[in-house]
Amino acid sequence: MKRARQKVMVEHAVPQTSQENKKQKTCLYGSAFSECDPHASIDWGSLPHHVILRIFQFLPLVDRARASSVCRRWNEVFHIPDLWRRFEFELSQPATSYLKSTHPDLIQQIIKRHADHLQYVSFKVDSSTESAEAACNILSQLVNCSIKTLGLISTAKPSFMNVSKAHFASALTVVFVNSKSLSSIKIDDTPLDDPSLKVLVANNSDTLKLLKMSSCPHVSPAGVLCVADQCHGLKELALNYYILSDELLLALSSEKHVDLEHLRIDVVSENPGQVEFHTIKKQSWDAFVKHSPKVNIVMYFFLYEEEFDAFFREETPVTHLYFGRAVSKAMLGRIGLNCPRLIELVVCANGLQPLDDELIQIAQRCKNLTAMGLGECEVTCRGFIEFVKMCGGRLTQLSIMEEVLIPDNDYSLDRLHLEVSKHLGRMWFPDMMPTW
Amino acid sequence: MRHRTIHLFRKGLRLHDNPALLAALQSSEVVYPVYILDRAFMTSAMHIGALRWHFLLQSLEDLRSSLCQLGSCLLVIQGEYESVVRDHVQKWNITQVTLDEEMEPFYKEMEANIRALGEELGFEVLSLMGHSLYNTQRILELNGGTPPLTYKRFLHILSLLGDPETPVRNLTAEDFQRCSPPELGLAECYRVPLPTDLKIPPESISPWRGGESEGLQRLEQHLANQGWVASFTKPKTVPNSLLPSTTGLSPYFSMGCLSVRSFFYRLSNIYAQAKHHSLPPVSLQGQLLWREFFYTVASATPNFTKMAGNPICLQIRWYEDAERLHRWKTAQTGFPWIDAIMTQLRQEGWIHHLARHAAACFLTRGDLWISWEEGMKVFEELLLDADYSINAGNWMWLSASAFFHHYTRIFCPVRFGRRTDPEGHYIRKYLPILKNFPSKYIYEPWTASEEEQKQAGCIIGRDYPFPMVDHKEASDHNLQLMKQVREEQYRTAQLTRDDADDPMEMKLKRDHSEEGLTKKKAARMTEQT
Repeated sequence: MKRARQKVMVEHAVPQTSQENKKQKTCLYGSAFSECDPHASIDWGSLPHHVILRIFQFLPLVDRARASSVCRRWNEVFHIPDLWRRFEFELSQPATSYLKSTHPDLIQQIIKRHADHLQYVSFKVDSSTESAEAACNILSQLVNCSIKTLGLISTAKPSFMNVSKAHFASALTVVFVNSKSLSSIKIDDTPLDDPSLKVLVANNSDTLKLLKMSSCPHVSPAGVLCVADQCHGLKELALNYYILSDELLLALSSEKHVDLEHLRIDVVSENPGQVEFHTIKKQSWDAFVKHSPKVNIVMYFFLYEEEFDAFFREETPVTHLYFGRAVSKAMLGRIGLNCPRLIELVVCANGLQPLDDELIQIAQRCKNLTAMGLGECEVTCRGFIEFVKMCGGRLTQLSIMEEVLIPDNDYSLDRLHLEVSKHLGRMWFPDMMPTW
Repeated sequence: MRHRTIHLFRKGLRLHDNPALLAALQSSEVVYPVYILDRAFMTSAMHIGALRWHFLLQSLEDLRSSLCQLGSCLLVIQGEYESVVRDHVQKWNITQVTLDEEMEPFYKEMEANIRALGEELGFEVLSLMGHSLYNTQRILELNGGTPPLTYKRFLHILSLLGDPETPVRNLTAEDFQRCSPPELGLAECYRVPLPTDLKIPPESISPWRGGESEGLQRLEQHLANQGWVASFTKPKTVPNSLLPSTTGLSPYFSMGCLSVRSFFYRLSNIYAQAKHHSLPPVSLQGQLLWREFFYTVASATPNFTKMAGNPICLQIRWYEDAERLHRWKTAQTGFPWIDAIMTQLRQEGWIHHLARHAAACFLTRGDLWISWEEGMKVFEELLLDADYSINAGNWMWLSASAFFHHYTRIFCPVRFGRRTDPEGHYIRKYLPILKNFPSKYIYEPWTASEEEQKQAGCIIGRDYPFPMVDHKEASDHNLQLMKQVREEQYRTAQLTRDDADDPMEMKLKRDHSEEGLTKKKAARMTEQT
């Protein structure tokens, strides 16, 4: 390559600068294929920067890094800001984790040379506290950044929860204050708190569009209300049920607020043995849906059977329902009665009584239902087929465990899959476990 | 020219629907029906416990008897198979060797070696597929050259293929008369060995007897019990009985004492005739199809029975814990449900598939986090129906290493058993030490008070072990581990995943691709940074 470099020096006396780059763009093929000089050979080392950049964009980081030590020009391209807009820091302790880890030298290089260029950043950490702390340390150093997207992802146990609140808050503050253009933040399972939210809002209220903060136990209803009041461009929000309030729904429905597209609510017992949950007034839901008629309202329930009493006693505009543990028959009955906007329903487990009536009511009244999944429940074949018949082709997704289905006088399992396929208009089978 | 043929029985220990044997009889002037008992070869291929040896020898004895009745005999020759073939081809002037085509790598290698011998010594080799419903090649072809990796996709391909291969006609005495039997005296020389001859421990009481006759009898009983043959009435027996099945058929299929094709068509006839009557449960035909599925995948997947080098299997760093493995294997986990299962397995060589699910989940992803390969080896040794592809395939399934992805469904060793058998009859039968516990406690006897334990005549910790893990703690921990593995090896997990119809899977896919969309919106970057 040394020879090539010499060639570069001879043919292009002035070393490339970004202005030259722009000039070259206008005769893209000319310089690369030497239209000007038909006898000059094509030489990898003398490709213009933007061509090398384009090629580098197809290479994984590891290969790019290797390529960067080939020659000075390639090294220059390697450090062009365009290649450093997006980065995912993978932090894990090799002794206990499967995750590959971003090399500490690379992390240092990024902080030193590219902190300013980072716009879309995520941190993927394993279940050790050290990894979460390392993530916070990196965050604290991103002082001159203008980050648009930030994601903190725990791949296993929520290790950010073991970081001290103060350390975590100060790391976040650095980014919240300096970015001033944050649009998307995913910080589920972290010690995020109200003061940090205030800082976020104070600096990014114009740009914030997405905020996912499920399972952040230090956030209060007031904290999220502050976000809704100030961030009028917010389109997606994920939080836990205990911080959902009538005031929040109304704030999200104010005139100044854009249409919300996606609201995810996790319903979990915050304290062991908690059976009481507050209710949201129907008027609040009505106002909310009136303001954002296309909004997806997604609810994840992780409760035990006795804990569902507060829910769906009145019409509720939920669109996606997931029951991660058992759900009572009565609750499923209420869903049929009160959830006309329902699109997707997944039930992990129920009791030993067949759910025929509840399913048929859901088919009748939830006219928008297109996806259904049933785990450890009981349904007679006849009931199930009637359900599918009523839904017809609108059920684009249907998943049921074979052992859920109880054969009866009319249908056996073998005929059932043919009947269901007929009504759905495609080949369908239940989920099966091997018999051997 | 009519051949002088050795027919080599390997699996396929039956006379009905035996294409290779029929072809031998039709093309030969003399047929030597041979079973080569190459112990070293067999034990290097698979672990074989005492019960399965007994089953095998009983099957050979039954085969011998049936052949004698038709005027022939069975010659059981012990020794290393290549030498046996070489010697006897020369001794008997053999011009053809017929055998069943089998898909296990060790059997494929054996066939290749025999073919090489054939080249060398000048005899032909004819192998015909008799052990599976379909010609595996056709399934692979229809799926674009690779095996369908999900059961649903597999069923879809079968629906395109139509019906399986039909069974060949039964052999008659005439078939045997048309060609000469082996010389008199050979049968004496090469009789079926007794267990003591092979130094196998004497049989314990197992309700399963090997052989084609026994298998056929069970088959008739099975269909009759359910009332379908006679009067198409509803089944009276509880289909999910955990107790030893008097009409179960899996070991007979796996040794080839029964033909899967014959059984399949038998069932199809019943379905055809009984349009408006109650039908046999899907699990009958389903069992055959699961078998076929695993056979198909195994035939075209390298290292199918291992984790390392197996492209469809998640690479998981399972714990190595010989002591815990031993406790599981010897029914000392302290969980009566699991221990009863492992006791029945050891004593009788068969357990219901729900029991297999529970035991496998407990060993691997549920509680002990020990490799499925270890469990597979134990089942291989103890199960009468242990089968190369089916055993491995199911262990990968139950450990959520492949095919099965709802890893959050962990079977609770207390609740699962209780749901299946609330009064604990099964536990009382196989763990008599616990039989006096009231049903309330029998699945978790450590929760009974000291007084109640005294009354039941069994002190936990002394007469029966304490539970070896805290199930909630262990399973929560394992869930996290599994989640991490799946994050890392997303692409491998996707290979054997059916997500088209499952809203949760589609949601996961949507979440993953959501990220992809925002990535595309940014500069044209690569996925890997």
